Parts: sequence; C-alpha cells; structure tokens
Amino acid sequence: MTISATAANDQSQMTITVDGRFDFSSHQEFRQVYENAPKTIKRWVVDMSSATYLDSSALGMLLLLRDHAGGENSDITISGCNNDVRKILTISNFGQLFNIE
Amino acid sequence: MTDSLKLKVLVADDSETDRMILSAIVRQEGHEVLPAKNGKEAVNIYRSERPDIVLLDALMPVMDGFEAARTIKAIAGTELVPIIFLTSLQDPQSLVRSLESGGDDFLSKPYKRVIIKAKLTAFGRMRSMHAAIQANHRQLLIEQQVAKRVFDNVAHQGCLESAGIRYSLSPLSVFNGDTLLAQRRPDGGLSIFLGDFTGHGLPAAIGAMPLAETFYGMTAKGFELEDIVKEINLKLNNVLPMGVFCCAAVAHIDFINKSLRIWVGGLPDLCFWRESTKEAVAVASSGLPLGIVGADKFSPKVEQYRMDDGDRLLFWSDGIHEARNSEGELFGEERLWRLIRGREEDSIFDAVLNGVNEYIGQNDREDDITLAEVTMQNVDLRSMRPLGGGAALEGVLNWQQSTTFDAKSLRHYNPLPLMLHNLSEIPWVRQASGELYTMLAELYSNALEHGVLELDSQLKASTEGFATYYAEREQRLKDLKSGFVRISFAHQFENDTFQLVIEVEDSGNGFDWQSTLNNSLENKKYSGRGVPLISAIADKVEYQGNGNFVRVTLRKPEDGDSI
Repeated sequence: MTISATAANDQSQMTITVDGRFDFSSHQEFRQVYENAPKTIKRWVVDMSSATYLDSSALGMLLLLRDHAGGENSDITISGCNNDVRKILTISNFGQLFNIE
Repeated sequence: MTDSLKLKVLVADDSETDRMILSAIVRQEGHEVLPAKNGKEAVNIYRSERPDIVLLDALMPVMDGFEAARTIKAIAGTELVPIIFLTSLQDPQSLVRSLESGGDDFLSKPYKRVIIKAKLTAFGRMRSMHAAIQANHRQLLIEQQVAKRVFDNVAHQGCLESAGIRYSLSPLSVFNGDTLLAQRRPDGGLSIFLGDFTGHGLPAAIGAMPLAETFYGMTAKGFELEDIVKEINLKLNNVLPMGVFCCAAVAHIDFINKSLRIWVGGLPDLCFWRESTKEAVAVASSGLPLGIVGADKFSPKVEQYRMDDGDRLLFWSDGIHEARNSEGELFGEERLWRLIRGREEDSIFDAVLNGVNEYIGQNDREDDITLAEVTMQNVDLRSMRPLGGGAALEGVLNWQQSTTFDAKSLRHYNPLPLMLHNLSEIPWVRQASGELYTMLAELYSNALEHGVLELDSQLKASTEGFATYYAEREQRLKDLKSGFVRISFAHQFENDTFQLVIEVEDSGNGFDWQSTLNNSLENKKYSGRGVPLISAIADKVEYQGNGNFVRVTLRKPEDGDSI
C-alpha cells in the first residue's frame, strides 16, 4: 500500500499519506481514497513526507482531487515535500492551485 | 468462460501404460487428446496440430521433455502454450530444471484425477485470457497507427525543416507524448511549440490536434504569443478531461528585430545560449501547464530577450532529465547543465544528444526524449515566401478604411492580424503579405511605443536595457488611460498603376524622424531599426509635423517584380 488516509475526529479533515513513488500505479488507490471519504470533509492534506518521487500523472491525480474537493473552492494543502517533489510542484506552478507547505 | 471449455491436449509419455491412463482421464473431462511417444513426436504434433495445452514426461528417449519444452516454446512465440511436466522425479533440482526449460507447472505421478482436472481448467482459463489481451493489443496498435497518420498530416503543415532548426524526437510507443511544432509568422519570424502531455498514446494525440491547428492558424495570421498561448489553453481546457494537461514552451523568434519572446509553463528550465559571452541562461517555467484552468485564471507571462546572430534556444521535455543509466540512476537536471557548460564540442545540440545517449546506453527509455534547437541568423527579408495561394479574383479596386484604436483597445488588443486580413483582400497586396506585415508591425509599434507610451528606443541599446524596455512597455500599457493610434488604408489607381497608401497617426509627441531616417539598415544598433526598414520596403515614406503622422506608399510591382 502506498496510499493511506486518516480522517480527523470531527470528520472535517482528511489526511492522505503517500509513501514511495507517486505515479500512475497509485491512480486507483488514490481515487478510491477521496471518492470513499465522508461527505463532511472540508479540508484535505496530502502528506508527501514519505513520497520519494512524483510524476506528471501524479500531478493529474492531484488535479482530480482538487476537482472532487470543489475546484476553485477547494481547500487542499500539500505538506512535507522533499526537494525533488517541491521542485516538480514549483515548475508546474501548482502553488496557484494548492497550499504548499 | 465455463469449466466445460473443450481443449486440445497433447500428452507425451514413453510409458504406454502411463500415457493411456492420463489420456483416459483427460478424455473423460471432455477434452481432445493428441498422444505422443517421445519429445520429437511431441514437437512434430505441436507443429501440425497446435494443441492448447502440452503435458510432457520429463525423461523420454529420442528427445527428452526439457528439450521438447524449449522447442515448443520457441515455435509458439508470443502465443501462450501452457506446458505441464509429468514427473515421478522428486528432487528439487529436476523440478527447477523443468520450469527453467519452459515448463509452467508439474504434475506428480501417480496421477490424481481432481488435480489434473483443476490444472487443465486453470490453464485453459489463463489461455483464453491471454488470447483476449492479445486481440485487444492488436486492435490498439491498429488504432494508434491510424491516429498517428492523422496526427502526422496535421503536424506536417509546419516548418520544422527550416534552416536554423535542429531537432530530435524519439517516440516511446507508436505515439509520442511530446509534440513539437514550428510555423512561420507573417514577418518571416518563427514560432516554435514544444508540448509534453500527461500520459502517452491516444490521449496525447487527441489533445495535440486542436493544439496544432490553433498554433499553426494563429501564428500564420500574425497573432501575438500571449494570444496564441491563451487560445491553446482555452481549447485544451475545454477538450481534455480533468487531470490531463500539457506542459509546454512557446517561443517566437523575430529575425528582424533580433529578439526572442518565450513562455514556459510546467517544463523544466530551458537554455538560452548567448554566443558572444558563451553564457547559458536558464529560462524558467512561469505559468501553469496548458489546459488546467479556464481563461479567467490564465494570464501567460512572456519573457523577452535580445537575440544576436549565433545565439540559440534549446528546448527539451523532461525525458532527458528522467533518462536512466543501467544502474537506474536519473540523468538529472544538474548533469544536463554541467554538460552544456563544460562541453568540448562546439554544438550544444550534439553535446546534449550524445551525452544523454551515452548515459542511457542500451537501457530502455522511460519517457520520450525530445530536443530542439533554433539559432538566430541573418534572414533575407526579400527571400521570404508570400503566405497563402495565388489570387482567385481581381478583388476590390478602390478601397478605403480608417480605424482608430483608443487606450482601452490598445491595452488589450493587437490589431495587426485583423488589418492584415483586410489588406489581403487585394490580390497583389496578398502576394507581399510577409513584407507588408513586417512594415505594419514596425509602423504600429513605433506609434504605440514611442508615440503613445513615450518609450525611448535608446534604452534597447544594452542587454539589460532591452529587458527594462519591455518591462516598462508592459507597465505603461497596463496603466494607459488616454491616447490613440489611427491607421488608415487607401487603395487607389494612380500614375497607371495601383498603389496602397497607409497612414498611421498617434497621440504622442512625435520624434526626431529626420536623424533616424539617416540610420542605415546595416547599422547594428537595436534601436531606430524600424524607420530604415520601412524605407527599404516602401516606395515612399513621408513624415509630417513632429513625427506623429506618417504616410507610406506601396506601388503594385511590375509582373515578376517584388515590391
């Protein structure tokens, strides 16, 4: 399992943790996590502290999450990025779409 | 798939008793049996009858089971033929050997009916699955080839083969996730597009179609880089599903003003090489990739560089950065820039291409490796081919038009494509649309930049000043509250020939046109080029008043003459 998720006690926030390579092979798992999440979730955190690598299909998955979470009105934070992951997010200017910590 | 699927089963065993027992069991399960007495016979029967499953005794005279298994697998090729070894051997070495020679499983003697039944069913199921996948794969390849042909037809209207461009594209599958396009602008300049879609194959190809058409069409009509990038973003945003997008770089190389305008969204740093100082400048991504956000959230920030003869721009997608050597290590960005700065060869293009190929060696490429280079060179303005075909109609004879662009229009709108479109209604003018566009562009930018915006062209004399000039232009244009540019055309019959009179007037304070007019085209300065250029193309140039009004006359050339 490379993708895991935990919801906060009041069910308003969900943290999705990515472990290892975040690429096309995680597509199914990642989608299931947010699609099966409780409807009460308002705030999302994608924890990248254990992610080693991110490719363009992973960027696509983040966009799908953003769309699911309300597009323009979504509240998604990407946290714990290592330098390589941060660099890819910076090149793509994803800071315009997500809060990157 | 049901359990009662009837299979053709080859049974090879040199012991007649064992062969008969096994054949009986297999037949009772409803399958057809093809018996063989040794490995050689098994291979011959396999060749002529193509059974679905092969049961092979390990030890047989003439040819043993191991060799027969190897031979049968070689004949089968990509087709899946399960081979099950029949063996009373118990030592692990022999069992391993049977699998290594191509066996998929083994059955121990004495035979147990339920086990045989279960194994035949399981392998029968695997075989049908494999056949279905292979059929799908063949279908997919055919579809990809058709789509590729369509895409190539769209992509080949471009001019990647022009002098000054070098490129290398290496497709990962039949299809390339990367798209490289080039098109001439009406003023003879070049626009180049490099895109990298998420994913490969059909999704990338489908997105590339509207992209290519928009890029080619708008470039040929003379639209500004920003407008082209915005339009492609909008098209892709409408067409592509959420999560699929295109990282891209778009550059416009202006051979007349010796400048480079470039926008990068989502691609790693590109390289702008200054030949005079042997300096490699990194051009960084400044925007979101194309197709992610709608028009209201998308405002491309275009960088502007002065580009002298011999300066070059290198494009690449992240395929180079992600190339791996035999140890699985990434080529990486640092290595790429070290290679450029410390290279021994004169050509950066060759250094990068050879460097990456050496690094990956025989290793398979994970992504597409796309590399392109365009070099600034001296282009003969008069050798440029006119855009569009010959004249079908004589067109209008006497024609007048006057358009005034106020501050609001000037802030948001580039009028050149529209004006060129109107002028191309006149056949003889259309023949010269390249030169005409060049001249209109110069007249318009003089009126706007020096007239309305009161920018000093001396600023452009230095490299730093060049950047400052365009930053200042952008700022002043954004803040523009008043002012106008008026452009009038008149097509007339005079002195036994047709002529086109263009008048441009602006709200500015004018300029010292007399001294600028004395500058020659050969002057290597980067300011004041516009006026001599206009004089070279036009038959007559008249400035009036303090220089905020100019009248240019073009006469219809004699047949075979250019303007």
